[in-house]
Amino acid sequence: MYHKTTGYRVFSYFNYAFMILAGLACFLPLLHLLAQSLSSKAAISGNMVSFWPVGFNVDAYIKTFNNSNFNGAMLTSIIRTVLGTTISMFILTCAGYALSKEFRGRNVLMWFFIFTMLFSGGLIPSYILITALGLKDTIWALVLPGAFGAYNLILLVNFFKTIPKALEEAAFIDGASFFVILSKIYLPLSLPGIATVSLFIMVGHWNSWFDGILYMSDASKYPLASFLQTVVVQSNMQNMAMSQSEVAAMSEQSIKAAQIFVSTLPIILVYPFLQRYFVKGIVLGAVKE
Amino acid sequence: MKKSWPLYVLCIPAFVFVCIFSYGPMVGLLMAFQDYKPWLGITGSRWIGLDNFERIFQYKEATQAIVNTLIIAVSKIIVGIIVPIVMAILLSEIRNMGIKKSVQTLVYLPHFLSWVTVAGLMIDILGLDGGINHILTQIFGNDPIYFLGDPDLFRFTVVISDVWKSFGFGMIVYLATIAGINPSYYEAAEIDGATRRQQIRYVTLPSMLPMIIVISTLSLGNILDAGFDQVFNLYNPLVYSTGDIIDTYVYRSSLLNGQYGFGTAVGLFKSGISLILIVVSYRLAYKYANYKIF
Repeated sequence: MYHKTTGYRVFSYFNYAFMILAGLACFLPLLHLLAQSLSSKAAISGNMVSFWPVGFNVDAYIKTFNNSNFNGAMLTSIIRTVLGTTISMFILTCAGYALSKEFRGRNVLMWFFIFTMLFSGGLIPSYILITALGLKDTIWALVLPGAFGAYNLILLVNFFKTIPKALEEAAFIDGASFFVILSKIYLPLSLPGIATVSLFIMVGHWNSWFDGILYMSDASKYPLASFLQTVVVQSNMQNMAMSQSEVAAMSEQSIKAAQIFVSTLPIILVYPFLQRYFVKGIVLGAVKE
Repeated sequence: MKKSWPLYVLCIPAFVFVCIFSYGPMVGLLMAFQDYKPWLGITGSRWIGLDNFERIFQYKEATQAIVNTLIIAVSKIIVGIIVPIVMAILLSEIRNMGIKKSVQTLVYLPHFLSWVTVAGLMIDILGLDGGINHILTQIFGNDPIYFLGDPDLFRFTVVISDVWKSFGFGMIVYLATIAGINPSYYEAAEIDGATRRQQIRYVTLPSMLPMIIVISTLSLGNILDAGFDQVFNLYNPLVYSTGDIIDTYVYRSSLLNGQYGFGTAVGLFKSGISLILIVVSYRLAYKYANYKIF
């Protein structure tokens, strides 16, 4: 047997070590961030913080949660994510269910939808359209333009197609309508697919930052990711609305770390539960017999 | 056949959204052929034919951005195909299910972080007094390296950070393919005296080949997509010469400098070539791996 040979055993040890290292490499940067957010200013500027807090304190979190700009941005992001995911999932499950059936004009319609994946108007025309529609500076500018995603539609169509036709035919004979079949049979049975696509859309909304910067003329209307972009990448601490003495007493890096960590926490918390679904969802969507 | 009108009704919301928000902006592409002035609008602005497109090749910055896009995107595609394949094969050799599942969970995670978060991590870790330089100066005693401000290193940093963020997610389909290989192939190979390495070479890799072909050919369509979110959050004027890509250039030249018509032309140039490449890549994927989108 191959796993008894010395060569394979040596490879195996290296492989285990390498894989564990690869796993850690994906996770340690976040741990480093958490440690920084809980460390004192002296420890951070002295470069003493690696993966464990030095000079433990929670000042950065107190500052973050007492900051009205941060909280406002958080609220905008929550509203945006809930609203956006609901609208998207409504549009996509309706169309996805319909397009998983055969009917006249189905292929034409499918290509009409898929073409949006291949070609787009681009940044400037989209910007001008949103402005012309009067959506600028409203939450609808963040929610409506991306509500339909052809890739997600394909995933859902493929998922709905895996549900046995016999189930539907039996329901038809019992007198159920399309809408009853969709809500009572298709939705519960394709939960992995629905969960996968919902997760993608939710994460997409939560992480989306550029449209906020593009369509909101005022930083107070930014969603969290856009707010974070100005603080973390542009290093614009003015948005934090802190006094000079407060800034001097705190480590900038510690506050940034705390904010990144707080904004990432919902994803870290939700994703392990949905992970078993999305692997299944992706594979079914991608690998077709 | 049963009545199919409810199916049409179910498609209406998607149809309306696509018409407004996907096909609507395509009307705006007319700006690419105009000397567009926001106060005159598309109907009032002066038509200038292909002048905007000629300018793409006259402006040094624009051609530079196209070259940068190609170099960064192609490097990302090559590394982004090889790394997930190798990692999937190595991970499938792990027999301990607990460790296997934990590693899987951890490597998928970065895919779900936003580029703003990752840029925050990068700026901190790759900074002059960041973790990487701390280690380098301690061990090798060299001067700290400014990863994000050095034009020679910027592309390298972009490709590596992209791999870090996406290799785990890219592995998923390969892992599924490996899991789907009939175990009797391995048993037969073993009876014939094949070592584990030979089994990987003659059983695992050939079984993965159709999926590798599909992913590689489809990625051809992304050859002008170097990743706006990533580059925008990592770059700065110091590295424009090697790091400025088409999308970031469009943003700066049009929305920041008011050259709407020109910016739209650059965007259309990119979309047009991408469309051709995507169509070609789907044809190839269909021809060589019998892949269909739906």
